[in-house]
Amino acid sequence: MMDRIQQRILEEVADLHEVPEGAYNIRANGQMAGRNTTANIDITSKTEASGIDIRIQPGTKHESVHIPVVLSQSGMKDMVYNDFYIGEDSDVVIVAGCGIHNCGEQDSQHDGIHRFYVGKNAKVKYVEKHYGEGDGEGKRILNPVTEVYMEEGSSMEMEMVQIKGVDSTDRKTKAELAAGAKLVVRERLMTHGNQYAVSDYVVELNGAKASADVVSRSVAKDSSYQKFDSRLVGNESCTGHTECDAIIMGDARILAIPQLEANHIDAALIHEAAIGKIAGEQIVKLMTLGLTEEEAEAQIVNGFLK
Amino acid sequence: MLTLENVSFEVQEEKGQKEIIRNMNLTIGDHKFVVITGPNGGGKSTLAKLIAGIEKPTGGRIYFEETDITDLSITERANLGISFAFQQPVRFKGIQVLDLIRLAAKKNLSAADACQYLSEVGLCAKDYIKREVNASLSGGELKRIEIATVLARNTRMSVFDEPEAGIDLWSFQNLIQVFERMRESTDGSILIISHQERILNIADEIVVIADGRITRQGPKDEVLPELLGTASAVDACAKFYQGGDRK
Repeated sequence: MMDRIQQRILEEVADLHEVPEGAYNIRANGQMAGRNTTANIDITSKTEASGIDIRIQPGTKHESVHIPVVLSQSGMKDMVYNDFYIGEDSDVVIVAGCGIHNCGEQDSQHDGIHRFYVGKNAKVKYVEKHYGEGDGEGKRILNPVTEVYMEEGSSMEMEMVQIKGVDSTDRKTKAELAAGAKLVVRERLMTHGNQYAVSDYVVELNGAKASADVVSRSVAKDSSYQKFDSRLVGNESCTGHTECDAIIMGDARILAIPQLEANHIDAALIHEAAIGKIAGEQIVKLMTLGLTEEEAEAQIVNGFLK
Repeated sequence: MLTLENVSFEVQEEKGQKEIIRNMNLTIGDHKFVVITGPNGGGKSTLAKLIAGIEKPTGGRIYFEETDITDLSITERANLGISFAFQQPVRFKGIQVLDLIRLAAKKNLSAADACQYLSEVGLCAKDYIKREVNASLSGGELKRIEIATVLARNTRMSVFDEPEAGIDLWSFQNLIQVFERMRESTDGSILIISHQERILNIADEIVVIADGRITRQGPKDEVLPELLGTASAVDACAKFYQGGDRK
């Protein structure tokens, strides 16, 4: 059902070489291109809007859900609402991702709105990769919105990766944590050319002993622009840490805005932000190992984003 | 193997030109273990950087195995067979010790093979191989990893800039053994900049540099006794520790 271009993009965004094991829903050019459900994980199409509901039964352990999206038709504008209901005490991996191949003149755009309802003591690992390719004039645009509602004692680890080929991204992530909930976010971003990427996080720590760790590592090359805006709000006795560590190259511009808001005496919040170019001595060291300046730079960037 | 011919290095300072290396002539023979020593600020580290290509001389020529390398880049010199261990090793966020050793060896070494180089410098390899070469490592650990990268390269010429700096006393004994083993196994020459008597003591040849010039050069057996004899400070300290002056 899927052509070669679509299959290659699928490999990029979801590491999928063939149909994944477990539950999955593959969306290609706005249409469902494949779906599988399991005894514990059900996927149903929404009736009133475009998108799917993913329901994971309480106690589901060591299962995975893949929901990649592929756009290979120039001028395609796709918007979906995906809701995840993750049952109590479950332990699952969710892999999302969106790849755009645009060879045409018109812009291609995918806006995914993901909502996660994470049940008590559930454990979720979420991986989201963005990728773009194609040499057309048309732009590749991704505007993901992620909302996470975490019940008591739940934990979620989010890995957000956008390394190549996306012209414009406006990412909004919002999380609300109940008592003892734990959120870890690791964002990796690289922009080049004239790309534009905004990443905006608001994490509300509403329950006692809730904790959040939101860390972004990014590289901005050429004339690209990045904005990282991360806000932690401590409304209870909680711990929060947010960090932005960026390498700037060429004529790129980076704006980092870590923000902390403490509304409770026992809210312990920390932020760190650093922007700088590659240290000259790092390049020199790798050149003494026989790498050219360009190879050294590539190694440093790859390592930084690994 | 390595020849410096009338090499000078000047830097521009507020008060005018300052000569760091003055018209220096030096030959490092094949299969030699040479230690360069001398007072701080005498030009030793600059000399090492001139050999590695990190600094370019303002006068004179440098030859490596009959090739004029004066105008070659750091990369070209590295690929011809010159290795350089930094006095202050560089940190890299995200790059693992294994990555760095693989880059040094220029091949996709197995973790087990890479571990050998770490064990060689006294690091318990399995604890380090996946560690990032970042600020979580201590100065001494970084220094030993730095030396391991040079061992992994196994080139004709290895230059170490003060390998003992930042290494604790306990590891120092191992460091001497590292260099002794390296001397036996390498098919090339080793050049070490050092202040340590015990490193000087395993040299074939010692070169003393002060104020940008070579003030003494010769076999270890000739030069070392002179250095120890004239170094009154060392002498005084020795007496102090023996309690000689306090009696």
